[in-house]
Amino acid sequence: MPQGVCVIAEQREGVLRKISYEIVSEGRRLADELGQKLLVLLLGSNIEKQAELFGNYGADKVIFIDDPELEVYRPDVYKEVIAQIIEKEEPSLLLMGASAQGKDLAAGLSAKLDVGMAQDCTSFSIDNGNLEALRPVYAGKAYARLTFENSWPQMATSRPNVMNISEIDTSGTIEIVEEKINIDESSIKTKVVEIIKDKGERVNLTEADIVVSGGRGMGGSEHFKVLEDLADLLGAAVGASRAAVDSGWRPESDQVGQTGKVVSPNLYIACGISGATQHIAGMSTSKYIVAINKNKDASIFQKADFGVVANLFDVVPYLTEEIKKFKE
Amino acid sequence: MNIIVCIKVVPDTENDIKIASDGKTILTDNIKWVMNPYDEYGVEEALRIKEKLGGEITVISIGSKLVKEAVRTALAMGADKAIIINDAAVEGSDSIASAKILAATIKDLDFDLVFTGQRGIDEDMGVVGPALGELLNIPHHSLAVKVEINEKEKTVRVNKPVEGETLVVESSLPALITAQKGLNEPRYPKLPAIMKASKKPLEEKGLSDLGLSPSDFGKDARKLKIIELIPPPERKEGIIIEGETPQEKAVELARILHEEAKIF
Repeated sequence: MPQGVCVIAEQREGVLRKISYEIVSEGRRLADELGQKLLVLLLGSNIEKQAELFGNYGADKVIFIDDPELEVYRPDVYKEVIAQIIEKEEPSLLLMGASAQGKDLAAGLSAKLDVGMAQDCTSFSIDNGNLEALRPVYAGKAYARLTFENSWPQMATSRPNVMNISEIDTSGTIEIVEEKINIDESSIKTKVVEIIKDKGERVNLTEADIVVSGGRGMGGSEHFKVLEDLADLLGAAVGASRAAVDSGWRPESDQVGQTGKVVSPNLYIACGISGATQHIAGMSTSKYIVAINKNKDASIFQKADFGVVANLFDVVPYLTEEIKKFKE
Repeated sequence: MNIIVCIKVVPDTENDIKIASDGKTILTDNIKWVMNPYDEYGVEEALRIKEKLGGEITVISIGSKLVKEAVRTALAMGADKAIIINDAAVEGSDSIASAKILAATIKDLDFDLVFTGQRGIDEDMGVVGPALGELLNIPHHSLAVKVEINEKEKTVRVNKPVEGETLVVESSLPALITAQKGLNEPRYPKLPAIMKASKKPLEEKGLSDLGLSPSDFGKDARKLKIIELIPPPERKEGIIIEGETPQEKAVELARILHEEAKIF
């Protein structure tokens, strides 16, 4: 019988990503409910120091695989290495983050392990020893409650920014093990040729704690400055609706929605966005939603916790000024 | 360069979604089905590669008569032929099962590239592409916004944006690529092409033609079980912020975000 919760952490350039802390915390909670141990798996290059950090978040054991071949994520290499560990450890649950990397890895790995996998979930529970996962479907117009049958490990990914991070000190009892895996070079068919960093200092859209987005009501690319000023003050990312992207005002990578990014920040500020299904699909799990729109009938107000009916250009600059006062 | 493009149909974005009486599926009576938007980028990219390098494009889809219209659209856009896996036993299969059906359909074909959409906008799983790559034992590249083929070297180079950066990744061919917005602007088929599309070869197959056993597919064989579909969690009713002027509203919003939401 498989035993234990296994979490696959994610790092970039040898530094743990926020999603890693989220899934380790959630993994701890599920392990407690099952009365099982929490194992964290970390792949990368020069990551030994990072492995020790999990002692602050409730891990019982960390297995890390330190190899220059693992420095940057490549699906073929990662799948191979992880499948070997999973076969040996036989966890009952396998949890990953629903980042771009995590979703890709989980999908490929589920085929390799021939198991069911629930992608991009917003909550987990344990019922009779089985994982139950909840996830939005059909643009968030319904939620699916899922479980697994004849499928081990039970596998799922967790939507970034949704799970709480809790610090639980297990540093005194944590076991940290380095595993050596022989990576068969001939089986590696992909190589990373170049990594192009995004321009600009602003925080990444899918990881941001606050997102300020603009839609059709922005009226042109030059007007986004007013949102950028607010975003910079809040340490927020700037997003856009499909209308703004298709008008050429913002790059595709900024689009929030069904054919763009899915975000789940603590605060989402929608400016000049009407609230079409397309957009709602990408931001409906945000904790607080603010809508600023001059059309009082805009459907975005039905989703908003706080609505302001006014021209965004009359409101946002004052909002920025006012927040500055609180920050001082 | 022979290219396979996998497509599916999904409910059009603006459709109302109602949960059926079984509590596990949606009512399909009034659903308008369209080609998954991410798959359109796959079809378009295949066409652009073919225009440059020649070869043949085969569209593959799983489903009954619902998918036929989308398959015809892909043919009208310029794909050469199509295979539809039409078998009642497939109904209700999960993503892994779908990937297995596609793999069984593709494995004996002569191909250099496979495209899928990065995810279906119905269930938003994003499993079929990477799973199919694994099952075909070929490298895969998710979330492509740029694809360059080196015909002489038999390699492909793909730009894939991930959080905060873009990875430029190269692999041998054959390879599988999942398409996303930013890759291209899909064309609309023209009327003469639509007429001609109905004459293009369209083959229908069942699971037994692929050497697959019906008992491994369908809703009873799911590894990922649907317990139920439920309406989205209710959000607390929102408040409209009052004020005489936009400035007053802004001041009140800032106060609420500070005191109630404790954002800053």
